[in-house]
Amino acid sequence: MLVIALDTSTPAVTAGLVTLEDGGPRSLAERVTVNPRAHGELLTPQLLEVLAEAGYQLGQVGAIVVGSGPGPFTGLRVGMVTAAALGHACATRVYPVCSLDAIAAQTPGDDPLLVATDARRKEVYWAAYGAHRPGGARARLTEPGVERPENVPGRLDGLGVRSAAGEMALRHREVFALDPVEPSYPTPAGLIAATAAELRAGAAPQPLVPLYLRRPDAGTPGPPKPVSAGTDIDRGRT
Amino acid sequence: MPEPGRIVLGIETSCDETGVGLVRLMPDGSVRLLADAVASSVDQHARFGGVVPEIASRAHLEAMAPTARRALEQAGLELSDVDAVAVTAGPGLAGALMVGVAAAKAYAGALGVPLYGVNHLAGHVAVDTLEHGRLPARCLAMLVSGGHTQLLSVAGIADTITQVGSTIDDAAGEAYDKVARLLELPYPGGPPIDSMAREGDAHAIAFPRGLTGPRDARHDFSFSGLKTAVARWVEQARREEREVPVADVCASFQEAVADVLTAKAVRAAGDLDVDTLVISGGVAANSRLAALAADRCAAAGLTLRVPRPRLCTDNGAMIAALGAHVLASGAEPSPPNIPADPGLPVETVVLR
Ligand SMILES: Nc1ncnc2c1ncn2[C@@H]1O[C@H](COP(=O)(O)OP(=O)(O)OP(=O)(O)O)[C@@H](O)[C@H]1O
Repeated sequence: MLVIALDTSTPAVTAGLVTLEDGGPRSLAERVTVNPRAHGELLTPQLLEVLAEAGYQLGQVGAIVVGSGPGPFTGLRVGMVTAAALGHACATRVYPVCSLDAIAAQTPGDDPLLVATDARRKEVYWAAYGAHRPGGARARLTEPGVERPENVPGRLDGLGVRSAAGEMALRHREVFALDPVEPSYPTPAGLIAATAAELRAGAAPQPLVPLYLRRPDAGTPGPPKPVSAGTDIDRGRT
Repeated sequence: MPEPGRIVLGIETSCDETGVGLVRLMPDGSVRLLADAVASSVDQHARFGGVVPEIASRAHLEAMAPTARRALEQAGLELSDVDAVAVTAGPGLAGALMVGVAAAKAYAGALGVPLYGVNHLAGHVAVDTLEHGRLPARCLAMLVSGGHTQLLSVAGIADTITQVGSTIDDAAGEAYDKVARLLELPYPGGPPIDSMAREGDAHAIAFPRGLTGPRDARHDFSFSGLKTAVARWVEQARREEREVPVADVCASFQEAVADVLTAKAVRAAGDLDVDTLVISGGVAANSRLAALAADRCAAAGLTLRVPRPRLCTDNGAMIAALGAHVLASGAEPSPPNIPADPGLPVETVVLR
């Protein structure tokens, strides 16, 4: 089965075309640009390049898999809405997959593992994983969370985690006291590996909802500020 | 035999409305409305007293494909019937715009049709051609919404728009929303103030007319001083424990807004020597603005064009209409890597 893989949950803008065969996913062509401000600009052009390079048409694609985060950038929505529109246009199913699961699926070995990506605001998105299952996904030992890096080791107590993947593994190597391993970002093959069981079973996809993990920043306004007390000048927008 | 013309799909996500519209560009250059589907997140913003960007962006993502499906259903068309895709590239909220631009690229890419990243403000003007037909060679447009208050000289809807004047502080709709909050009326403030004003005396309180002195910028607007004057008047009344005559405050405030807007628009039309004024944007739905504009345009010998309220507020049909005019002009499509541009200047009708 031919599957499109998209992810914009990290600074990497990722588009790939993957074939899912008995032996597991194999990438036919991919484009990755690391630029947290270019998701909206580059994702679809990269995908069209990938298709041209691999010599396929969109209509030949059997499914679309998209990383659903967690991700701190407004760019996270670029991948999701691109997948939704492509799914509509090609009458193809769209499978969201946790981007941390996609990173985990692509790591070597079966020892317990931490995946940590940048949540900004001095926090990381994280989850812990156990061994690979048939198909390639790793079993989750924890649900995805958002945490200050210094609090992560405490959360891993008793899980036997030795190594860490994801872009924050290297940055917080000392804090985590774990060996960094690749990959830093979700890869096309990892995205498909993490969804392989669902794809093979032809399961109905989960709803296309990003893993935000944080509430929108919004405060309810108090009563309007009095204007009479101060100067004659309006102090601007409230 | 298939119907003649080309189908343009328009996508709008600059603020809190997810809009998808479909129009048919006829061989003679006229444009017909086929569908106008809108999903609004306005109710989710109401308790915050204004649009919360992250909430708007989340709602756009959820609503995008369903709204597109609804528009196609309304028009009785398939996506494969679409000949071009137009999308609001700016101005607007960055995160909100990005959702629409990304979706538009995916639709255009999947269908193999040209993509036009277009200006939201020009869309507000172009939408009038769906209702009143072709624009004259030159006209003046006044855009009055929650985010904008501008006078635009339009010499070509697809390519030649220049700003004549704009607000130097609050937009007219923003003033409505802020005054409503002060009077404890619901958000958005335009409709409740408009209906309260009907019961009040428009001459009860003499609120200031901003930037109307002889030495003030001739074509610019200011509504911040008006809002402050209303706030002061209301505070004073409350301090003196008088009951606030809400209907009179609404009517007098509304009169001040409509007076300045129409006076300046009619004067600018005279200065530019054009014979047509188009008023669009959410505030164009205001009953007093419409009545006063009709009187003053008639007195000045100007043709007044105001699209119906549904087309005045943000929607996808306005972007489809603008896209159709751009397509008809033979302009090159936008490159596939265009960004969303929150600060897109009004002079840039199509992103290159
Ligand atoms: N009857 C009315 N009288 C006055 N103002 C109104 C009326 N109806 C709506 N409005 C105002 O119009 C504004 C909404 O306009 P619109 O739908 O064009 O959205 P917007 O997001 O402000 O638009 P834009 O992005 O074009 O600036 C609000 O500020 C609202 O209070």
